[in-house]
Amino acid sequence: MNEQQNISPAIEPERYEFRGARAYIFDLTRRDLFKFLGAGALILCTNAKTSAFQESGRSQSQTNDLPKDISAWLHIGENGEVSVFTGKVEVGQNIRTSLTQAVAEELRMQTSQIRVVMGDTLLTPFDMGTFGSRTTPTMNLQLRKAAAAAREMLKDLAAQSWNVPREHVVAGDGKISDALSKNSATYGALLKGRELARLIPDQDPLLPATEWKVSGKPLPKVDGRAFVTGAHKYPSDQKRPGMLYGKVVRPSKFETKLVFADLSAAEKMSGVIVVRDGDFIGVAAPSDELASHAAATIKTDWTAAPQPSSKTVFDYLRNNLEARESYNSSSKISAPANALSATYTVAYISHAPLEPRAALAEWDGDKLTVWTGTQRPFGVREELASVFRISLENVRVLMPDTGSAYGGKHTGESAIEAARLARAAKKPVKVVWTRKEEFTWAYFRPAGVIDVRATVGAGGQLEYWEFTNFNSGGSGLNTPYAAEVRNEQFQPTKYPLRQGSYRGLAATANHFARESFMDELAHQAKLDPLEFRLRNLRDERLKAVFEAAAKKFGWPGNKKSSGRGFGIAGGVEKGGYIATCAEIAVERATGAVRVVRIVSAFECGAIVNPEGLRNQVEGSNIMGLGGALFEAIEFEDGRILNAAFSKYRVPRFQDVPQIEIVLIDRKDLPSAGAGETPIVGIAPAIGNAIFDATGTRLRSLPMVPNGLRIS
Amino acid sequence: MARVTSLVVNGVTRQLDADTQSSLLSVLREQLDLTGTKYGCGEGQCGACTVLIDGKPHRSCITPTGDAEGKIITTIEGLAKEGRLHPLQEAFLFEEAMQCAYCTSGMIMSAVGLLQTDPSPSETKIKDALEGNICRCGTHPRIVAAVQRAARSMKGGAH
Ligand code: FES
Ligand code: FES
Repeated sequence: MNEQQNISPAIEPERYEFRGARAYIFDLTRRDLFKFLGAGALILCTNAKTSAFQESGRSQSQTNDLPKDISAWLHIGENGEVSVFTGKVEVGQNIRTSLTQAVAEELRMQTSQIRVVMGDTLLTPFDMGTFGSRTTPTMNLQLRKAAAAAREMLKDLAAQSWNVPREHVVAGDGKISDALSKNSATYGALLKGRELARLIPDQDPLLPATEWKVSGKPLPKVDGRAFVTGAHKYPSDQKRPGMLYGKVVRPSKFETKLVFADLSAAEKMSGVIVVRDGDFIGVAAPSDELASHAAATIKTDWTAAPQPSSKTVFDYLRNNLEARESYNSSSKISAPANALSATYTVAYISHAPLEPRAALAEWDGDKLTVWTGTQRPFGVREELASVFRISLENVRVLMPDTGSAYGGKHTGESAIEAARLARAAKKPVKVVWTRKEEFTWAYFRPAGVIDVRATVGAGGQLEYWEFTNFNSGGSGLNTPYAAEVRNEQFQPTKYPLRQGSYRGLAATANHFARESFMDELAHQAKLDPLEFRLRNLRDERLKAVFEAAAKKFGWPGNKKSSGRGFGIAGGVEKGGYIATCAEIAVERATGAVRVVRIVSAFECGAIVNPEGLRNQVEGSNIMGLGGALFEAIEFEDGRILNAAFSKYRVPRFQDVPQIEIVLIDRKDLPSAGAGETPIVGIAPAIGNAIFDATGTRLRSLPMVPNGLRIS
Repeated sequence: MARVTSLVVNGVTRQLDADTQSSLLSVLREQLDLTGTKYGCGEGQCGACTVLIDGKPHRSCITPTGDAEGKIITTIEGLAKEGRLHPLQEAFLFEEAMQCAYCTSGMIMSAVGLLQTDPSPSETKIKDALEGNICRCGTHPRIVAAVQRAARSMKGGAH
């Protein structure tokens, strides 16, 4: 674990999002202009672009370097309480706990005295955002280094003040002690509230994973009690004195222009603030109900050009190629005539985080403070500074632990809306999106079309491999199997909906196509699907998870009754190795499909918190089950047709099969993140199992949208 | 319009002023500061807003405040007694039956309702009872295990 990892924008080059993001263009009317802004010039907001650049790591504007001083990351109070500062945020992936473990490990102390301050742009060091499964490989390491440096500094302090040899003092249980002189002092007493004024050395004094005492073992969620008692304040729970509730009047469809608005009824309502600024219309009122009521009285008219529908989206993508750079590894050789080929598709789906977007904004003169649920507090700070034309220093974004995100909360829509309303109201304003707004005005996981072609030699070895992904993205594009000739590319296209990041990004789509097609090839070659994969794999870590999952599952399965099927799939992504086996049952008469059992084997290097990891792998499988079987956004002419949980089906208790997880702990390897990769195995495993049971190959996600029936 | 001026919540009579038609969820959250009860959909589909009214689980987002008047309302904040967690709260912690935990209060309140009518529910019964509660993070197996654990410990006479 002593490789130097660069924490700053280690963003995957294929990260693919936010182009065409809708941005507000505020004309900040004279009435609520602040003096410092000068006369009311039109503000051309380019924040969408900034985001895209930032995501791709090409932005020039940020300070990428991690602070080198210990004090930027750690503070030890006189009472011995340790405060840890990180720009990463907690959305349920449990990093508040695993980062606490990391610090406790190196500081040789109890976790109960450690408090982690997360995602506060005033207090924590700059961070690009919490995505790409980067927290464990980068932040965990960074905090361990800071904590180790603090520990060594405390030893120096103690040795000096007791005038004893440095090699004799030891750190343990939150204290430095010297056995010979019998001196002992707590960290708090040694430091007396002073800063840890020293640089983190490049030297790596970290404990190897094999000697971990706190990490590598389960630790219950550090603030679990606040969650089970309802005490924790999520972004949507935040309150400030005098706060109003905000509502935005939404256009009738996407890509619209406002042509008419009648605000008069709302403006007459007492206590109601009405804002129209460009195409933005919103209200703020002392209760959520009154705000909704006032917003409903506003009459608007919008124009828009006709837009594509979910029924024709795959043709649309194929016919609207963009000439932007694509990522490929192309040979000059093209497909042999005897190649097997197939086309796979994936639908647009929604993250549908249970807590919708929410923000509370408060102005104090020209200073703006916003509490919001975002994976990129520093990105949202930049958006706000840009939209309101104020300096970054005047914006503080705080991210209370949030009701999940899954890649869906990278942007600051609700923050901008709340801030705009708060400015007009001259009071704090909270905006909490409704479920319908979240289903409509957030962004989606991109739809995609994937063409695959391949040939297999007489010995069962892959010879030719061709793989083209239209629109959904480049993550997980490259096959881990050893094909002699490979043509792989990601082809960007125009697209009809606002699209962005999602747990696992395009790796889900690419694994669905690749691992389903591997199954097709195995059947063509008359080989067992597992055997076929192993024959073509050189990557020992991937082989190991395939073998572990198969063993636990009892591959190739024992067909007790007809209508049962077994499938296997796997892959490697973001440093994590996953293999998943699925057993499904199809009811002959009705065609109803039920997933009976899932076994996943996962390996991501040295495990930091086994129970937290298990929870993530289970959760990835269950979330992935929805996209595999029935989740799909339906849209037509700029409108979402199923913007409600009653119309958009997410996995529920009855859908959840028996799930078994095998974790492989590689203490000899650096820890990788785990919140995303385990999601990629389940869809192809289920599809392959359905084929095994029925002989029907389902090549579109979701596979059985019609009430779990093979249509 | 008819108004509601008090509600009995977590054993205390609370003064407020709400339209009888206002959703109980918004009144609890906005007027009584009981934000442990969550908004997830507003259409009775996700269960995040579940509270007990006279001991039975209700979706507060579609419950008019007038309907709860004069009844006994329990929210997640009222479950722990004198700092001692309810066995379901303990069990959710023990099984780590949460990730983001935004669904947790609704899950626990629904489960309290279940265990009141059926102290030792089968796995199928638990899944049935919680089918209307969404956990988007996918902690379902842990939630089922937590309810089973709480059922066992409550039979032991803890509550
Ligand atoms: S918010 Fe009431 S059921 Fe979803
Ligand atoms: S834990 Fe996140 S929704 Fe259930």
